Amino acid sequence: MDKIRASILTPSRSSKLERRGKWLSLLCLGSICIVVIAIFGFITYRGLATFTTDHVSLSKFLTGTDWNPSVSKSGAPLVGALPMIAGSFLITILATALAIPFAIGTALMMTDVTPKTGTRILQPVLELLVGIPSVVYGFVGLTVVVPAMRNIFGGSGFGILSGTFVLFVMVLPTITSMTVDALTSVPKSFRYASLALGATRWQTIYKVVLRSATPGILTAIVFGMARAFGEALAVQMVVGNATLMPYSLVAPASTLTSVLTTGIGNTVMGTAQNDALWSLALILLIMSLTFNLAIHLIANRGSLKR
Amino acid sequence: MTTGNCYILKFDSKQEIALETKQLKIFYDEYEAISAADLQIPRFKITALIGASGSGKSTFLRSLNRMNDGIASVQGQIWYRDLDLNSREIDVYAMRRQIGMVFQRPNPFPKSIYENITFALERHGITDKKELDERVETALRQAALWDEVKDKLNKSALALSGGQAQRLCIARAIALKPDILLLDEPASALDPISTAQLEETLINLKQQYTIVIVTHNLPQAARISDYTAHFSQGVVVEFNGTTETFTQPKIALTNEYVSGDFG
Amino acid sequence: MNAKKIDKFATGILYTIAGIVVLILIMLLGFIILRGVPQLSWSFLTSPSNAFSAGGGIGIQLFNSLYLLILTMLISLPIALGASIYLNEYAKPGMITNTVRTMIEILSSLPSVVVGLFGFLLFVVQFKLSFSIVSGALALTVFNLPLLTRSIEEALKAISNDQRNGGLALGISKWETVTKIILPAAVPSIVSGLILSAGRVFGEAAALIYTAGQSAPALNFGNWNPFDIDSPLNPMRPAETLAVHIWKINSEGIMPDAAAVSAGSAAVLIIVVLLFNLSARWLGRTLYRHLTAS
Ligand SMILES: Nc1ncnc2c1ncn2[C@@H]1O[C@H](COP(=O)(O)OP(=O)(O)OP(=O)(O)O)[C@@H](O)[C@H]1O
Ligand SMILES: [Mg+2]
Repeated sequence: MDKIRASILTPSRSSKLERRGKWLSLLCLGSICIVVIAIFGFITYRGLATFTTDHVSLSKFLTGTDWNPSVSKSGAPLVGALPMIAGSFLITILATALAIPFAIGTALMMTDVTPKTGTRILQPVLELLVGIPSVVYGFVGLTVVVPAMRNIFGGSGFGILSGTFVLFVMVLPTITSMTVDALTSVPKSFRYASLALGATRWQTIYKVVLRSATPGILTAIVFGMARAFGEALAVQMVVGNATLMPYSLVAPASTLTSVLTTGIGNTVMGTAQNDALWSLALILLIMSLTFNLAIHLIANRGSLKR
Repeated sequence: MTTGNCYILKFDSKQEIALETKQLKIFYDEYEAISAADLQIPRFKITALIGASGSGKSTFLRSLNRMNDGIASVQGQIWYRDLDLNSREIDVYAMRRQIGMVFQRPNPFPKSIYENITFALERHGITDKKELDERVETALRQAALWDEVKDKLNKSALALSGGQAQRLCIARAIALKPDILLLDEPASALDPISTAQLEETLINLKQQYTIVIVTHNLPQAARISDYTAHFSQGVVVEFNGTTETFTQPKIALTNEYVSGDFG
Repeated sequence: MNAKKIDKFATGILYTIAGIVVLILIMLLGFIILRGVPQLSWSFLTSPSNAFSAGGGIGIQLFNSLYLLILTMLISLPIALGASIYLNEYAKPGMITNTVRTMIEILSSLPSVVVGLFGFLLFVVQFKLSFSIVSGALALTVFNLPLLTRSIEEALKAISNDQRNGGLALGISKWETVTKIILPAAVPSIVSGLILSAGRVFGEAAALIYTAGQSAPALNFGNWNPFDIDSPLNPMRPAETLAVHIWKINSEGIMPDAAAVSAGSAAVLIIVVLLFNLSARWLGRTLYRHLTAS
């Protein structure tokens, strides 16, 4: 009798579409999550083979300084990963440390010193620097930085220092643009209050702006470190790829990523040499997680304070 | 506050009632924004909801066509054509076709004026070009917008003025030929001239539609509405004919509110 | 007095720092352009490469890069759209949503070499797709998804809730409101995000060396049947891209004119990325104007 009443009681085309659409989009999201889980599953599974199948002890792996997976010693392959671990950390810390003053300085120019012109010039500069592919950085490093190091310090020119310079330029835009975000989130009123009290611009920057932006800047730095730690090709092209302890900054060395990129193609799946490489990949993965965790911790700390 | 402090008009015949809430309670998490509202919305009349800011008018209005789903939790019943709109077997999309809503800020879609109206029609299965043209014209005429836009139906609706955009939103809603039209402060973003046009539109529409309108503008409520409900702190304290409510309120709170006496 | 001097000094330092940063970019670009652009010629851009002798081009690599880019975008765009729609429109705040967001964040911060290694394990070894365009496109999809999802989500978030309410109040499903009203309104910023991510994908190499492979077999550009082995469209052939090519010839060091070819390739990469950047802005702005124009 009541057509309207009946229409309200029968499932409409819209409600069917709604259900289908919701499922479809959930499926997409789910597939991304599955990929993440699969990455961790696969690499963990492969990475643990060194310890389970090849009977290398974890402490030997992390502290050993001899990397020669094709040679066996007392039943287990010689896979001391310390040279690469040390190389990765060294290069990351040096590059980030070098980048921090430049990043903060550049960011301050864009937020406090000359916001208008600073941003107009520096914003595109940063975007371009981010946009340059890492192989191009590697190529420039190889043709400019490495010869320069050779001329100054002698030797081959390959090594941690060359890698540091290349990575410095690569992480600079990341840290800078995130620092800019941190600085702009400091309320304008803080600055006015400080200036009104007679503080100079630098005092305001140093005592007020940088202080209150510290958690954000720290996050930016950790982000930069994460990027540096995971960068593969640009570093691999200039670091020299010698799996030796990096006793000198200007002697060939290696990082986790550089050994991985050169090694995976030259070993056979399932062999001890190959397993050892997957263990390096696992370290990379764990470090990437650690950086993530650090960022979360800093963010939580920062929000607790407020 | 007890029921003794409230006056709620009831209608004699079911024929007169378009929508009825029974013990409608609405919660935002723990916070009770509407407590036990029993209200009968009369058919083919304009009912105004008035009350101080934060008294729960929008909350009440939005739950009448379940726009609060997923935002607030709604208890109690809303009776429409012998159906409880809050029950599970209701198809919200079909229901909203019958109970449309227009918002405070005009929100035309970033499409042409014509498409703004046909978009929902097509979704509801009306695809015949002739019928679409017809409905567009009728709706725009009813919304008193036709003369202003008939030559630019294919232009973007975003280029309309605020008042025109709001009337387009009304046209968009009535093109679906709904039963009930819910409006939440539809004129608050408009200038006096647009407001007057909008009021005229609403008065003309009430022959065919049941209209519920939230407004802060008391003269407006007095001008256009037949019945008025006064909300105070989540409670409907008075519901009566508009003339009665404004000239001889039964409840002291309403008296204070309509006479602007907040002492 | 003293504070003033310090202020002047600090300001000077800041100007110097910013100047150095600008200088670094100018030198970088200058170097690549000065070295690379003279290499560019029609034959360099179209002829195949020579591994052992000088005078080779980058034609196949350039084609591979573009082909991979298109495939990657074709796969990742629908997934990212779906995922971001769910995240922005349906997901209720809570533990699960937070976990999912964290997972996406983790994926976006994974080193691309790890993504490449995963692609190698799953697509190349497990799915037996060997070093191929498909493997590469899938790895690049994994690489691209988190950032693309996030940028589309931002674009959706920027569209006012008034529009959603408008659609819902007319009895339109949320799905159609989102796909037919919100999404079109977000197109300008989605397109910008898409093009920027295309730039990133175009220059990526680490995720590809063990998925799309490091060899560029000769192609017959007269044969467009995707099932033929020498067809450029064959998705099962190994495909060294431009970025991988730069890496390869520099680390192998057998190509006699490696430096010149790299410089030319680097210039092409940079120019393409620059074009992407500029067109992202231009297209975003134009689309926006188009959308809001009367
Ligand atoms: N989404 C929400 N979440 C939580 N609380 C809400 C939400 N929306 C409204 N409220 C609260 O519910 C109460 C009623 O709000 P409502 O918007 O219904 O008032 P109103 O009468 O429409 O006011 P106004 O005249 O200002 O529009 C207010 O106290 C408000 O703070
Ligand atoms: Mg309201």
